[in-house]
Amino acid sequence: MSEQAPASDVREWTLSGALNQALRDSLAEDPRLLVFGEDVGRSGGVFRVTDGLQAEFGPDRVFDTPISEAGIAGTAVGLAFAGWRSVIEFEFDAFSYPALEQVIDHVAKMRERVRGRVDLPITIRIPSFGGIRGKEHHGESPETYYVHTAGLKVVVPSSALDGYTLLRHAIADPDPVVILEPKARYWSKETGVLGDGPGIGVGRVLRDGDDAAIVTYGAMVATCLEAAESLAGDGVHARVVDLRSLSPLDDGLLATCAMETGRIIVVHEAPRTLGMAAEVATRVMELAFDHLQAPVGRVTGYDVPYPPASLEARYRPSVERIRTAVLQAVNY
Amino acid sequence: MPASLASGLIPYALGVSDEGVNVSGPAGPPEPAHWAGTAPLRLVAPDGTPVGDTDVGLSPEQLRDLLRRMIVARRLDSECIALQRQGELTVYPGFEGQEAAQIGSALALGPDDFVFPTFRELAAAMVRGVDAVQYLHYHRGTWHGGPYDPRATGFGPICIPIATQIAHAVGHALGQKLDALDACTLAYFGDGATSEGDFHEAANMAGVFGVPLVLFCQNNGWAISVPATQQTAGEIWRRAQGYGFPGVRVDGNDVLAVYAATRDAVARAREGEGPTLIEALTYRIGAHSTADDAGRYRDDHEVDAARAFDPIGRYRTWLLSEGHADQGFVTACEQEADAFAMEVRAGVIATAAPPVEWMFDWTFAAPTEAFQRMRDEALGE
Repeated sequence: MSEQAPASDVREWTLSGALNQALRDSLAEDPRLLVFGEDVGRSGGVFRVTDGLQAEFGPDRVFDTPISEAGIAGTAVGLAFAGWRSVIEFEFDAFSYPALEQVIDHVAKMRERVRGRVDLPITIRIPSFGGIRGKEHHGESPETYYVHTAGLKVVVPSSALDGYTLLRHAIADPDPVVILEPKARYWSKETGVLGDGPGIGVGRVLRDGDDAAIVTYGAMVATCLEAAESLAGDGVHARVVDLRSLSPLDDGLLATCAMETGRIIVVHEAPRTLGMAAEVATRVMELAFDHLQAPVGRVTGYDVPYPPASLEARYRPSVERIRTAVLQAVNY
Repeated sequence: MPASLASGLIPYALGVSDEGVNVSGPAGPPEPAHWAGTAPLRLVAPDGTPVGDTDVGLSPEQLRDLLRRMIVARRLDSECIALQRQGELTVYPGFEGQEAAQIGSALALGPDDFVFPTFRELAAAMVRGVDAVQYLHYHRGTWHGGPYDPRATGFGPICIPIATQIAHAVGHALGQKLDALDACTLAYFGDGATSEGDFHEAANMAGVFGVPLVLFCQNNGWAISVPATQQTAGEIWRRAQGYGFPGVRVDGNDVLAVYAATRDAVARAREGEGPTLIEALTYRIGAHSTADDAGRYRDDHEVDAARAFDPIGRYRTWLLSEGHADQGFVTACEQEADAFAMEVRAGVIATAAPPVEWMFDWTFAAPTEAFQRMRDEALGE
């Protein structure tokens, strides 16, 4: 993908704007790329991620669909058989569920079923997670469903510049990729140049530290950086790892962090049971058990339905909860 | 083309009346219950008498080929059931009684058209040139989907989830439209599938997008144990009106009528006039599959009565009475069918379990290192 990365100057990007630019650059590069879903055309998307694309690339390539999530996913499968590449959008996390049959039974399995004779270059964009004082069904964390489905890759950007990189990699990938876009970060800003960067399956360290490693993704990255800053005031130096890719996981990075810090704390806003922390903790044990100085900690949402707006701050991991978990590990 | 048809707003019943008729007459056996209501397009009556314009544009050789294919398909179907009983196939879903619906429709397609099937379209698959043994790998349990090449045959992978393949057909047809191809897509599905959300979503999107698609419903009366009359209170072909395109009801056991209706729908699609819904009235003579005991929920008398509407006997009678073929041709077809069934049997039995690494070989086009490590673990490498 990298050759065509825009040589734009350093400027300030929102996540929404950077994702929009990724779609624009990909549409310009690949005439067989289509973008479709609910409200992605005329309106430009409820989070403006597809703003202006229909005007620029025409209604044949960027188009609105009926409210039919299963139909949208199924259409992308059929388009793959006809040699087209698709970026589809499910408007909100909980509204991706009507398409689960198509995604699990077909998007994820089709390449194997036809012995690789057809690639499934489908990118599924899902505005996800909480923190925007949304209505119910607008704040869910669906990652486990997708990560548990063999045949899918799952990525979660945490910032504008990396959002561009991950979406470009997702679109270029010959396999289906689910990109869970943190709604709470759509308007967050980052200054820099859009371009190539680490691909799918590679995590990144956003803050160094040797006392513990906080492993997280999505909107929680910002919260964890804040917690790490606060802990530094107490003399505890916590590393912050942005997983970026939930499937596949960056085992090498997890092993390194476990070996170098001896303490791993996983943070996510998804419910606790079978959340990503369960997988990360197991991998850390498999990869670096002898290096651990404390049990792997986890700071997560609770095993309850996502709460109403007035309670979501008590549900999502807070700086204080993360601080407590890190200090427990350090003082173990 | 009548204006009403081009507008896509008025149901298209090929000129038949809305009043149901029992063509077998008062003396004949009753039609299957789900055939009640609007009379279907019918060119040859169940007793082999022509009742419509049987000149559907096929040469005598092509007309004979229809019978030959139906005889061969039915013989293979019975062989597959025997293979399952002998442990050579896993569960097998038979299609006895549906030969005309499948072969008549598939033969109306061209080489550039594409089919998205369910799990009961072996007869249609063979028309498309799918190797029967490769198709049966699916039922032998040696591969999912089917190892044949969908692009080479214009025949998509076998699809078990109900109605999901219709959405794939919409996408494929959309791709054909965007590429401005002179081609269309056909989706097979059953009466039960019309109760699924995916049928509605796909049909609705097909209408909105105006894609070159034929929605071909084989209404065989039964979704495992639930009769079509309990599946929907309406007539399936009429749904098309709500989606803004024509619907057709055709006697699915009349191979010439099926061919004519599908040919017309294919022509509409290729001319850019959008989708057509065809409801082909047929009957599932066998159980849902070899794992099903239809005797638990279906009266044998109903099956006996349905045999009076058998697609092969009817067409053979017509073909012979028209002088397009003689008994010697029929005998030759039956001999060919026996030989073919034995050939497929041998091929099926010779099909071994695939190597273990195949579990991993096609999951991803771009497998990750972690995935490769799991593969190595499984293979002991």
